[in-house]
Amino acid sequence: MRINLTSVLVDDQDKALRFYTEVLGFQKKTEVPLGEHRWLTVVSPDDPNGTELVLEPDAHPAAKPFKDALVGDGIPFTSFAVEDVRQEFARLQSLGVEFAQEPVDMGPVTTAVFDDTCGNLIQIAQLAED
Amino acid sequence: MPILAPLADVFKALADPTRRKILDELTDRDGQTLFELCSRLAMKHQLGSSRQAISQHLDVLEAAGLITTRREGRWKYHDIEPEPLRHIAERWLRTED
Repeated sequence: MRINLTSVLVDDQDKALRFYTEVLGFQKKTEVPLGEHRWLTVVSPDDPNGTELVLEPDAHPAAKPFKDALVGDGIPFTSFAVEDVRQEFARLQSLGVEFAQEPVDMGPVTTAVFDDTCGNLIQIAQLAED
Repeated sequence: MPILAPLADVFKALADPTRRKILDELTDRDGQTLFELCSRLAMKHQLGSSRQAISQHLDVLEAAGLITTRREGRWKYHDIEPEPLRHIAERWLRTED
């Protein structure tokens, strides 16, 4: 058994695809029409055959209160690995991305948290070098 | 001028080591979400308190007037409020003329 997919619940798949590709820098992997919505995934250009991120509609009525509660407390929905959190913070901020948490050294890890504009906070994390 | 909580509440709030750590971390950087505070306590201080426990500590600090909260965009930030501590200092520490 292996993990090949993970998801974020997004309020608008077109907006999400733009943000996750044009701003974050992921690549679209699959797009399959499924009625009102699509099966829509992106991958990292560094690992195009790796884990796919599903941009999943948040249409279920329980999704919005859940997402709002997480965002209110500053809790990220998921976390992505980066080489250099401060560099990524500067790059994303220059593109207008809003941060709920600017980079902080937490000992073994440095993290920051930003708004994905689709109703989620996302953490970026960099493991400290030995 | 904020409405000052009774001094006994301030001392009670400061008596707990976790709450003092929270104030230490807010001194390091003001304006943190609950998630950032929980992460700092867990990662930097190896404090295994639940998010709910930290949230209750924040309520005690807020009732004592030692922190304030504000919504910015869609999330809530916590800020340190040093005014009650100043009153304690003024009570016992004489300033040099």
